Amino acid sequence: MATASPFADTTRSQRTLITPEGVDLRLKLATAGQRAGAFLVDFVILIGSLILFTIILVAAGVGTLAANSGEFVAVIWLLGFFLVRNFYFIAFEIGRRSATPGKRIVGLRVVARDGGRLTADAVIARNMMREIEVFLPLSFLFSGGEGVDGAITLIGLLWAAIFLFFPLLNKDRLRAGDIIAGTWVVYAPRRALEADLSSVSEEHRAAYAFTDEQLGAYGEYELQTLESVLRASNYDTQAAVAATIRGKIGWAWNEHENDHDFLSAYYAALGARLERGMLFGKRRRDKFDRGDEPDTGNDWRRRIDS
Amino acid sequence: MERVADQALFSSRTFRAERENDWLQLEELLRRAEAGSVGGLSDEDLLELPVLYRSALSSLSVARETSLDMALVSYLEGLCTRAYFFVYGVRTSFGERMANFFARDWPRSIRALWRETLIALALIVAGAIAAYLLVSNDPNWYNAIIPQELAAERNPAATTEQLRQTLYHDQGRSGLGVFATYLFTHNAQVSIFAFALGFAFGVPTALLMVYNGAMIGAFSALFVSHGLGFELGGWLLIHGSTELFAIGLAGAAGLHIGTKIIFPGMETRLAAARRAGRTAATAMIGVVLMLLVAGLLEGFGRQLIVDDITRYAIAAMMFAFWCAYFYLPRATYGDS
Repeated sequence: MATASPFADTTRSQRTLITPEGVDLRLKLATAGQRAGAFLVDFVILIGSLILFTIILVAAGVGTLAANSGEFVAVIWLLGFFLVRNFYFIAFEIGRRSATPGKRIVGLRVVARDGGRLTADAVIARNMMREIEVFLPLSFLFSGGEGVDGAITLIGLLWAAIFLFFPLLNKDRLRAGDIIAGTWVVYAPRRALEADLSSVSEEHRAAYAFTDEQLGAYGEYELQTLESVLRASNYDTQAAVAATIRGKIGWAWNEHENDHDFLSAYYAALGARLERGMLFGKRRRDKFDRGDEPDTGNDWRRRIDS
Repeated sequence: MERVADQALFSSRTFRAERENDWLQLEELLRRAEAGSVGGLSDEDLLELPVLYRSALSSLSVARETSLDMALVSYLEGLCTRAYFFVYGVRTSFGERMANFFARDWPRSIRALWRETLIALALIVAGAIAAYLLVSNDPNWYNAIIPQELAAERNPAATTEQLRQTLYHDQGRSGLGVFATYLFTHNAQVSIFAFALGFAFGVPTALLMVYNGAMIGAFSALFVSHGLGFELGGWLLIHGSTELFAIGLAGAAGLHIGTKIIFPGMETRLAAARRAGRTAATAMIGVVLMLLVAGLLEGFGRQLIVDDITRYAIAAMMFAFWCAYFYLPRATYGDS
C-alpha cells in the first residue's frame, strides 16, 4: 500500500519552481529507473534507425548500379550515421517538448535548473557529454582484447562506469551532462482529467448514511489512499479495503452491499467532511492526527507503517 | 449540520465544474502547439493561451488549498507545468537563432576561451616538439607514436621517392567525396570526445592534445629527415590550419570545463560548471562546422591542388579568415 500512497516520500524528489505568477509548480525529479528506462527506449530507437538507414541505403546502392552511386551512398551513410549518433538527442530536446521519444513515453522532460528557458547551448552541452557517458563505456566493452591488455580495458571500464552511474551519486540525479548544462530531468507526464469521485448521486449518498463518528475514523492520508484504490478499480483490493473500513467504523454489513458502492459513498462523505474542515483551516493529516499537536509534515514514516 | 455539509461538497464540486472547460481548452491548445507547428494555433488561440495558463495556475492554488482529490491536483500541476514551459519557453525562430549564432554567439564563445586556446595550442606544439626530437634521435619511436593503419606506406623504411609520392598522390582513395566525409565525421567525433573528456578535470583532454601534436611531430621528423619538410608543410597545413585550429578549440572547450570545475572562482562549483558548459557547447558547434570545412579542404583541396605554394597560400588565407572572424573587435548591438 505504501508504494501507491500519494504521500510516500515525495518531499525528497520534489523541487521548487516558482512561476513569475508566484505559484510553486513543485516539480518532481525523475528517478534513476525512469531515466534508465527512457534511455533504453531511445537507444533502441537510435540503433534501430541506424540499421534501417543502412539497409535502405544498401538497397538503394544496389538498386541504382550507376557508376558513381556507390560513392554517393557511402557519403550519405557516413553523414547520416554521424548526424543520427550526435544529434538525435539534441534535435528532440531542442523541440517544444524538451524530450526525446523515450522520455516522452516515460513522461520526462528536460528543464533548466534555474527554471528559465532551456537554451540550445544547454541541450548541446548535456548531450555531447554522452560521448563519455555512453559511447566510451560501450567502446571499452566492445574493444575488449583488441590489442589492449585485459587489465587496462577493465580499468578503463571502471573509469567509464563512474560517468555512467553518476546520477546515482547525487541527490538531484544529475548526470555529468546535466551538471555542465545546468539542467535536470523532471517527471511531468501528460495526465488526463479523471472523473470526480466525489460526485455521487443523491440516492447513492442517502443509501449510505454515515455518522460523524464513523467519518471521524480517518484522515487525509487514508482518503487519498482510498482514492487510488477506487481509481485502480481492482476488485480484490476493493473487497479487502472495504472489509477493513467496515471493521474499523463498525458498519453493519449485509451481503447485498456492493464493495465499490460502499467505498465510493464513504469516499464522498469523508472527502466532504475533510474539505469542509480545510475551509475552516482545520486539517487532519491521517487517522493518528487528533489535532492536538502542530503538524511537522515529515512524519510520513509512521503513516506508511499503518 | 447536514445542510452545511452539503454546501461544502457543493462548493468543491462547483469549483471544478466551473473551470473544467478552461482546463480542457488549455490542454487542447497545448497539444496542438506541442505537436509542432505554431501555425496550428490561430492568433486568438495565441492570445488566449497565457490567459488560460494563468487561470489554470490560480485553479491549482485553489485546488491545493480546498481539494483533497489527488488526481485533480496532479492533473493541474502537470497542466500548469506544461503551459509554463510553453508560455515562458523559447520563441526565437530557427533562422533567427542561426543568424545570432554566426553574428554573435560563435565568435563570442571562442573569444571567451582565448586562454584555454593558447594552452591547448601550447600542448599541441609541445607534443609535436617532443615527438620530433624523439623520432629524430631514434626512428623506432615513429611506430610507437603513429598507429599502423594511419602510417600505411609512410614508414621509416620508405625511400624519399615513395614519401614524396604520398604527399602528392594519395593512393587507394576510391572517391574524394567519401574520403572528405570520412575525415569530417572522424575528426568531429574526436573533437566531441575531447570536449566531453574535459569533465574529468581536463586531464584526458590535455593528453589528447599532446598526442595530436605528437603525431604531427613524428610525421615531420620522418619527412624532414628525407629533406621533404617544406613539402610536408604544404600537405599538412592546407587543411591543418583549419583542422588543428578546430581541434585546439575543442581541447580549449574541454579544458575550460575542467578548469572551471576545479577553480570555480567566485561562483559555486555547479554554477561555474554550468556557465563553462554552455559557452563550450556553443564553441563546439562552431568546431564541428570548422571541421566540415577542414574535411572538404583535405578531401578535395589537397588532392586536387598539388602545388606547394598554392597549398601554403590557402592555409594562410584560411587561418587569417578564422582569426579575423573570431578575434577582430566588432561593434556590439542588442542585448548581450
